[in-house]
Amino acid sequence: MPDLSPDAWIAIALSFKVAAMATLWGVPVSTVLALILARGRFPGKALFDGIIHLPLVLPPVVTGYALLLLLGRKGPLGAFLDQHFGIVFAFRWTGAVVAAVVMSLPIIVRAIRLSIESVDTRLEQASGTLGASPVATFFLVTLPLSMPGILVGATLGFAKALGEFGATITFVSNIPGETRTIASAIYTASQSPEGDGEALMLSVIAAGIGLAALVASEIIARWFRRASS
Amino acid sequence: MIDVEIHQRIGNFLLDIDFSGGGGITALFGPSGSGKSSVIKVIAGLTRLGTGRVMLDGAVLADGESRHMPPHRRRIGVVFQEARLFPHLSVRHNLRYGRLFTPRREQRVAEGPVIDTLGIGHLLDRHPATLSGGEQQRVAIGRALLASPRLLLMDEPLASLDAARRLEILPLIETLRDEFGIPIIYVSHAVEEVARLAEKVVVLDAGKVAREGSPADVFRVAADRFEIISVVEGRLGKPNEAFQLTPVETPAGIVWLNGIIRPEGRTAHVLVHAIDVALATHRPEAVSIRTVLTGTIAGVPDGPGPSVTVDLTLEGGGRLAASVTRAAVAELGLVPGRRVFALVKSVALDERPV
Repeated sequence: MPDLSPDAWIAIALSFKVAAMATLWGVPVSTVLALILARGRFPGKALFDGIIHLPLVLPPVVTGYALLLLLGRKGPLGAFLDQHFGIVFAFRWTGAVVAAVVMSLPIIVRAIRLSIESVDTRLEQASGTLGASPVATFFLVTLPLSMPGILVGATLGFAKALGEFGATITFVSNIPGETRTIASAIYTASQSPEGDGEALMLSVIAAGIGLAALVASEIIARWFRRASS
Repeated sequence: MIDVEIHQRIGNFLLDIDFSGGGGITALFGPSGSGKSSVIKVIAGLTRLGTGRVMLDGAVLADGESRHMPPHRRRIGVVFQEARLFPHLSVRHNLRYGRLFTPRREQRVAEGPVIDTLGIGHLLDRHPATLSGGEQQRVAIGRALLASPRLLLMDEPLASLDAARRLEILPLIETLRDEFGIPIIYVSHAVEEVARLAEKVVVLDAGKVAREGSPADVFRVAADRFEIISVVEGRLGKPNEAFQLTPVETPAGIVWLNGIIRPEGRTAHVLVHAIDVALATHRPEAVSIRTVLTGTIAGVPDGPGPSVTVDLTLEGGGRLAASVTRAAVAELGLVPGRRVFALVKSVALDERPV
């Protein structure tokens, strides 16, 4: 079995960093979006829902290209962030985080939304009659009761972020040590004649991590089902 | 003091209601579908008021126009038909939930007495899912009380419980009424509960107030003689352990109830169905009926049917309705002013109505 090169280890570490950050940002954002979708009533809700789910059906390269147009140094939002806050996403690892968030959002939102929808609104009413404002009710009743979906969403989102390739490479390219994640490293290795062994090893590692995350999310879901029955 | 005026369509149903409630328990009474729960939701702020006005202690909570105070600012507690306990919190934290949002100076209801009165001290560390229906409902009542509400709404709190659990909780509600001094609006379609608990009854029918008044006044009038009910008030006496009977002492005589009922000395309201009352012009002897009350005939209505409901004034001021045949009225000479003895079958007065 061939050893992994130092570059491959760097790619694995970077992937974990990107996926962890993407989960950290993605879960709160998804929770807010899921709450809006589960409880909100407003015109254009179906369109809003569609836009959130768009990355699921678009070719990832399109999502990446859209991010490049929007958040690139010359893009409208990218230029604004650069000039006013000095924040640059293009060709940085932080850009890989943005791509991972956008790509994993539909999965996380879906899991959390289902969980919020299963919370009995009559409990929220009861909370209101006990003096809790809607915000307090959300944090003390809705959020804790949605925890299974949030944890499942976080695990799946983490796995998705770890494996993200198309949008990432389009948006932030494939720079060793900066934006070369496991997926990009596999792609690079598979393109070189002597890289077959490394591509295979990294692929096995990627599959292992993905499977572990799926099993973990299932165990979490089952554990909550048992605790609540 | 709560003043409620509602004119609004809810679903395919027109609510047209105007009533007020003072201290103690005001009952909203009526068949299911008469609009009782809709009224509760409007008072709590869970349904937006269309046209009308809801006032509590002189302050407008909702006027159907610009003013709509959200439920969490009203400080009106609600005990729902289902307990609605928070499943992720222990009983203790369910009970303390409302306290988080009650300003310290308004925390008038102390935890100890509520837990003692409701008998839930041994449940504090349990989770709601492990409690029986009756236990859950007791915790729900405690949770609402401990938010120190200005008014407590109880929406058929006993409806989802079996008869035994109901008997277990009814006296607790009575104690709450007497001990914590929080005005209560109590929704029910059970005559027994309402007559026992309420100072005032508002009868709803198809979204309108059909009648209102004291339980004794409200239940004396009914279209069907099987529904006419009198409420006799007295004091619980010392139970007769050997024969398993409990006396209720009234100025007109002793009413014997089946079973041992305590505490001695408490005021009790006894429900008597008009069809369970027989009349005699002399004190009867050698009859199986144990309860004989004395009074005078106040009124004998004219009517075409075979039976009439005779209205009695009991000695000491109570009222009692007796459903008898017109043949008996004629034969015994039952005319207003006549002194009579009312025989009440004690089996009709089991522990259920007390």
